Amino acid sequence: MMSAWLNQHWHALFFALKQFISAPFASLLSIVVIGIAFSLPVGVYTLLINMQAYSGQITEAPQLSLFFKLNPNESEVEEIRQRLENHSLVTSLQFVSKELALQQLAQSDGLADVVGNLGHNPLPDAFVVTAHGVAAEDLERLRAVMLQWPAIDYVQFDAAWAMRLDALLKLGRLGVILLATLLSLAMVVVIFNTIRMQILTKRDEIEVSKLIGATDSFIRRPFLYFGAIQGLAGGITAWLIIALGIHVINNELVVLSELYAVDFHLKHLATKDFISLLLFSAWLGWLGARLSVAGYLWQIEPK
Amino acid sequence: MISFKNVNKRYPDGFNALKNIVFAIEAGEMVLVTGHSGAGKSTLLRLIAAIERPTYGSVIVNGQDTRQLKKSAIPFLRRNIGLVFQDHKILFDRNVFENVLLPLQIGGFDIKVAARRVRAALDKVGLLKREKAYPITLSGGERQRLCIARAVVHRPSILIADEPTGNLDVDYARDIMDMFKSFHQVGVTVLIATHDATLLEDKQQYRILALAQGELAA
Repeated sequence: MMSAWLNQHWHALFFALKQFISAPFASLLSIVVIGIAFSLPVGVYTLLINMQAYSGQITEAPQLSLFFKLNPNESEVEEIRQRLENHSLVTSLQFVSKELALQQLAQSDGLADVVGNLGHNPLPDAFVVTAHGVAAEDLERLRAVMLQWPAIDYVQFDAAWAMRLDALLKLGRLGVILLATLLSLAMVVVIFNTIRMQILTKRDEIEVSKLIGATDSFIRRPFLYFGAIQGLAGGITAWLIIALGIHVINNELVVLSELYAVDFHLKHLATKDFISLLLFSAWLGWLGARLSVAGYLWQIEPK
Repeated sequence: MISFKNVNKRYPDGFNALKNIVFAIEAGEMVLVTGHSGAGKSTLLRLIAAIERPTYGSVIVNGQDTRQLKKSAIPFLRRNIGLVFQDHKILFDRNVFENVLLPLQIGGFDIKVAARRVRAALDKVGLLKREKAYPITLSGGERQRLCIARAVVHRPSILIADEPTGNLDVDYARDIMDMFKSFHQVGVTVLIATHDATLLEDKQQYRILALAQGELAA
């Protein structure tokens, strides 16, 4: 029984592959169409993943800087220190006196002369606070509260832009899902149509097979294999397109990285994502074939 | 093995192809179904293979009522039946060997076993030397024999042929009939629909079901 089942699957796979070989140009064409259609959402997804990795480094431990009004007295500084230490969201704090700030500024390239020419120290005392990795809105609220504290002139939320980027990326993800859904549908339609054409050329075979005792699954199987293989090949094509794109972009980024002295390059899709992509595209191919054959079998069913 | 009980078949256009048919065929019988074209011979055969279902009454094949059979069970009923079609239904995109192989592929046979059986069937109908030929190169008689080989390769217990000698000259027709007789001799239940009078020379040997305008003559 088991070997009969295996034999039937071999037979179906063999026929599916034969189908590819008998019409290589048409098969290749639809694989390329599927690949291009799929490379769009996959490409956007890859870009998002890369940007997320970058913004994630910054947003993991967002910083707030609290600047004092000019010349606060000791008790005011101590009061703020107390409040910060007792705050649940604050993980660490560091006092940066205006003298220290000036020193740090003087160490920066090209600014030593400027600092030297200053008659007095224009910088305020400050606390640099690291918060838990909480949502941007919470940190914005925290910032508003701190602004009301005595002797505080200004509170700066350093990671604000990264947080906003993060929120934007979430929106981008939604866009990827919508795009992927739309193009997946297109792919199912492409495969549906390919299989429909194939069925038309195999009408006699299907009819005879049914008459001499073929089950519906026997008739379906070669087409399902064909659809799945086509989907899989489309998925691989999409990945190749993206990999090539990343390669080209990275070559350009090398120049940019050197200019700005930062290491920034695009990473390829993770293995897990790659496998998901292949499984999903194969499944879509299978689905398109399944719907197509089901439609035909229903048509020829004696009423 | 096959029994019809008050079988009526009416087509959607209102045509009554079969009216109140009653008969029973035992295992190992050889039966000729005769009558003019349009008498309902083909319909009767199609009802046995569950290609069509009766409007009323019941058709019982191998103990199974075709009207109550689930859709998914029909293929397995058909695997017990060998069908020789009036229009052959040979696949022209594959050679003789591959045509005969099809029922065994459907049954999921191992290719080595299947190849042996295909050659045995081709040998029986005298086409062994032409296994690589494509059907387009075969004569009418050879195509008919190819169709018979495909019908018997999976060793069904029932063999049904619809006008198997239709367009053949007398000698060829006799050859074909002899083939059916030899299957009958090894215990296969054989049903042949024909309007061909030449086959009826030795009709006393077989049971005859004579159809006229959809009714069974007494």
